[in-house]
Amino acid sequence: MSDNFEPKILGILCNWCSYAGADLAGTSRLKYPANIRIVKVMCSGRVEPTLILKAFQEGADGVLISGCHPGDCHYVDGNIKTLRRTPLVARLLTQIGIEPERFKQVWVSASEGEKFGKIVEQMVEDIKKVGPYQKKMGDQLDVVMHEVAASAKEAAAAEEKGGSNCGS
Amino acid sequence: MAPKLQLAIYWAAACGGCDVAILDTDEKILNIAEAADIVLWPIAMDFKYEDIYKMEPGSIDVCLFNGAIRTSEQEELAKALRARSKFMIAFGACAAWGGIPSLANLTNREGIFNTVYKETATTINEEDIRPDTNYPGPEGELHLPRIYDRVWSLDQVVDVDYYVPGCPPTPETIWTAILAIVTGNLPPKGTVIGGTKSLCDTCEREKTEKKITQFKRPFEIIADPKKCLLEQGLVCCGPVTRDGCGHRCTNNNMPCRGCYGPSEKVSDQGAKLLNAIASIMDVKDEKSAQELAATWEDPAGTVYRFSLAKSLIYDYKKGGE
Repeated sequence: MSDNFEPKILGILCNWCSYAGADLAGTSRLKYPANIRIVKVMCSGRVEPTLILKAFQEGADGVLISGCHPGDCHYVDGNIKTLRRTPLVARLLTQIGIEPERFKQVWVSASEGEKFGKIVEQMVEDIKKVGPYQKKMGDQLDVVMHEVAASAKEAAAAEEKGGSNCGS
Repeated sequence: MAPKLQLAIYWAAACGGCDVAILDTDEKILNIAEAADIVLWPIAMDFKYEDIYKMEPGSIDVCLFNGAIRTSEQEELAKALRARSKFMIAFGACAAWGGIPSLANLTNREGIFNTVYKETATTINEEDIRPDTNYPGPEGELHLPRIYDRVWSLDQVVDVDYYVPGCPPTPETIWTAILAIVTGNLPPKGTVIGGTKSLCDTCEREKTEKKITQFKRPFEIIADPKKCLLEQGLVCCGPVTRDGCGHRCTNNNMPCRGCYGPSEKVSDQGAKLLNAIASIMDVKDEKSAQELAATWEDPAGTVYRFSLAKSLIYDYKKGGE
């Protein structure tokens, strides 16, 4: 993989703690990688797995979800729903072939700007190691195989008669 | 009398259950035979591919296509039949959402070949011989279809008019579909011929507050036939699955497996079910959530049993963006 790969990370942050935390990182003029695109939601508990898959379908290299620390939720137990979901989502993603580095769920409070910066930094570093997300179009390998087969066929085409309709 | 309906039935990556399901319409099969000429049905009658290529575009009224697409042959036939059919119907869960064959997408061609031709205990293949698409036989070079790196649903390969869900579709569903075609009383393009609600919505089991304290598999317990199966720790796909199947599984005390596909308002059946299950896990801290989640044997295989090819992660048109 080329050295200048810059991962695209989608950050989904809750309105009450984590977005304020990210905001604090900004207003404190902390330096952290610009790889993250942040979407604000009212609560991390509303981030259903469909949205995470959608992010990857659209070409994100990683997804970061952040909410209030357990016990601090603006809606009392929204983040409890997040913490129930996380281990299942992590397992699902691993099973469908998405590296664990690409998905992270963290807790960031409104005062933890510095922590937020560090999390993003770490995540960018981790994703750079695994490289860009490969969309599951399934035909990359097929196309290559096809081309190899076609060129081999062309070479042998002189004495070849037409093949069947299928299988080439 | 109106001219008879020209009906084609074809199978791709399928088990044959869908073809049997057509016969399962019992005495109505006679009505089908009365209303339609079957111009192609490889499982039941003798046809050659050249017979298809000889047909004119539009000469088939309805093509019931069952099975997913995973080889070059299946793709070519799907395209050939699409070009000749007025209505292309994805028949059964495999054609509609990839079905069981699309669980192969959890790995890839290389992984499958390794398992089949190398790793299984009973395989002896010292020369590591793998299937090849070309074979130089004495009568000239022979060609075999190429197997793809992933499994596709029918609508990711060709344009599809209607979906008939199920593994296999129930006789009632099939009859509804055929009746709609024969009478010309057609729903809008893209309609899934089935219920409009979720299975849970029409399930008559007793539902109280749902909590899962441990994931169980159907063979591990004898479920209470009156109580909601989810409440008993069995992963039932009812919350996200389309009804219209007649509750065959839940009536027989088995959790719904999801073969009627995502219900009307669900785009990704598996992700949505995972979400529903997570919300009823009876845990309040990260450690116990990890522990409870670990008791679920195979999340991806359970939530996507019939629809992995149409999971957002895999939902692309073949060869396109």
